[in-house]
Amino acid sequence: MVLERSRTGVIPTVAGVPDGRVDAPSPAPEGVTDPAGSVMVALAQFYPRLGDVGANVGAHLTTIASAAAAGAGLVVFPELSITGYFLKDQVPEIALTIGSPEVGALRDASREGGIDIVAGLILESDEHRFYNAALYISGGDVLHVHRKVYLPTYGLFDEQRYVAAGDRFRAFAVPIGGAGHRWRAGILICEDLWHPSAAALLARQGVDLIICPSASPGRGQLQGEAVGTASSYDVMTRTYAQLFTTYVLYCNRSGFEDGVGFWGGSRVVDPVGTVVAEIRGAHESMLLHRLERSAIRRARVAYPLLRDERNDVNDAETDRLRRRHARG
Amino acid sequence: MSTTPRPIDSDADTLAVDAPFVIELLRGFIADGVRKVGFERVIVGLSGGVDSSLVTALAVSSLGTDNVVAVFMPYRSSDPQSRIDALAVCESLGVGAEIVDITPQVDAYFDRFPDADRTRRGNKMARERMSILYDHSMAERALVLGTSNKTELLLGYGTLFGDMASALNPIGDLYKTQVYALARALGLPQSVLTKAPSADLWAGQSDEDELGMRYAVVDQVLHRLVDERRSRAEVIALGFDAVDVDGIVARMRGSQYKRRPPVIAKLSNRTIDREFRYPRDWGR
Repeated sequence: MVLERSRTGVIPTVAGVPDGRVDAPSPAPEGVTDPAGSVMVALAQFYPRLGDVGANVGAHLTTIASAAAAGAGLVVFPELSITGYFLKDQVPEIALTIGSPEVGALRDASREGGIDIVAGLILESDEHRFYNAALYISGGDVLHVHRKVYLPTYGLFDEQRYVAAGDRFRAFAVPIGGAGHRWRAGILICEDLWHPSAAALLARQGVDLIICPSASPGRGQLQGEAVGTASSYDVMTRTYAQLFTTYVLYCNRSGFEDGVGFWGGSRVVDPVGTVVAEIRGAHESMLLHRLERSAIRRARVAYPLLRDERNDVNDAETDRLRRRHARG
Repeated sequence: MSTTPRPIDSDADTLAVDAPFVIELLRGFIADGVRKVGFERVIVGLSGGVDSSLVTALAVSSLGTDNVVAVFMPYRSSDPQSRIDALAVCESLGVGAEIVDITPQVDAYFDRFPDADRTRRGNKMARERMSILYDHSMAERALVLGTSNKTELLLGYGTLFGDMASALNPIGDLYKTQVYALARALGLPQSVLTKAPSADLWAGQSDEDELGMRYAVVDQVLHRLVDERRSRAEVIALGFDAVDVDGIVARMRGSQYKRRPPVIAKLSNRTIDREFRYPRDWGR
């Protein structure tokens, strides 16, 4: 396995254990051939060219088409998948708007392929602020925009120098899983995941699916077959899935930028906190896995944590702290 | 010089590396870094020491023998064992060794400056080797790989624009003891793994004699100061010798200039590397 960019622009697809690097996806429930409300999702562990929006959009379109052909109803790309991560002064040069033709190409692809898309970009506002954002695109429309709230500016990160911070975590309805089935999703971009209040806010809004596009550089511990950062994300994705009884789709990127390697490890965690599909390694790859409504139901029957959540206590305590803070 | 081991705090495995995992990452780093700038091949100055032997082995593992050029550049005072070890490394990896004796060009120069001390001579040799590597880089269409490890980079134990020059350095974030761990895992010849580390700029030169400390201690101290961001006082409180710690801190500070690009006089609103900030992989 050599961790380099695919030369063809086509990401190899894995949906099982063909190369031994991917955990088997959970099988369809016994006796159910077309499980109601289920949806196949694709995680595209992709290696963007740094600052080459045209090439990256082209690669997105190829990958979207292959995800759709494989039967996926949703394909998730990593953080800043259209631009690359360590952009520095390129930020204002490669920023897009919702009306940009590049976004238009993704909208067309979602309509024509019948597939929803989560992709990352630098989004410019009317006030010329630049956001690290992820778009949820469905049926030719941008259904939702998440602007990254927590911008890491420490260690090897310098995001607050270049981009503005988002100010909300909002859940939204997504039209996946067939007519008559309700799926709600929320997006947390990379560092957002490190703040549990963000995931809790999404859970309170009733999400079934936390989508986390990520550009996580490998670093830290060089022991135990993974970098230290991978261990942190392992804990966070499993913990949030279990505590909020929700699926977590974690899509990290592949490749290198200025010597910094992104460690991949994209995964699907089910609503009891079990990793049910995973790309083991940092190579470009697309992971397919079927999400089941019934798995969410089973998790919430067994662990009615959301039912029992004391939002009234949470609100009262938050109010008390806010008043105390206001008094100084 | 510290002669007795001082172990120290409980976290003794702090420098342990998962060799297969790190090797895999570095193979990817080399292949990616070479190909994304339009090259297929690399060139390494191979001394017969553990650092350049490891880099050569990583390059072969990443790109294959046909894409690695190893250049051995001895001076007449180089230890004869260096040649034996360098050739053994090449043989074990299946790479042909190109041998460029730097004696004529170094001696021709110092014939004009016969009073030069051995530090000047050593630096000159390192820079001659650099200029040969970069010339061969052009001739062979091969990118120059660096062989400086994190220990020597932090201590400034290298020649600026000499052995410190390269396009890509796969081992610059690995301490010397970690370099040994990877070299063992890749099965480099025993002699390379067991001989005393030396810049081999003159007969009998020894890194640890020059530094006045053993790498085993230096690496432990550096890891605590640099990676764990402990203060000088905290490191000494862990049981390390205050003289050693102060010596390491002084070397790090004193050599900071070697780890930075040359200083540019600030005049405009957008000075290179100050406000003009683009990644090296700009558009790649």
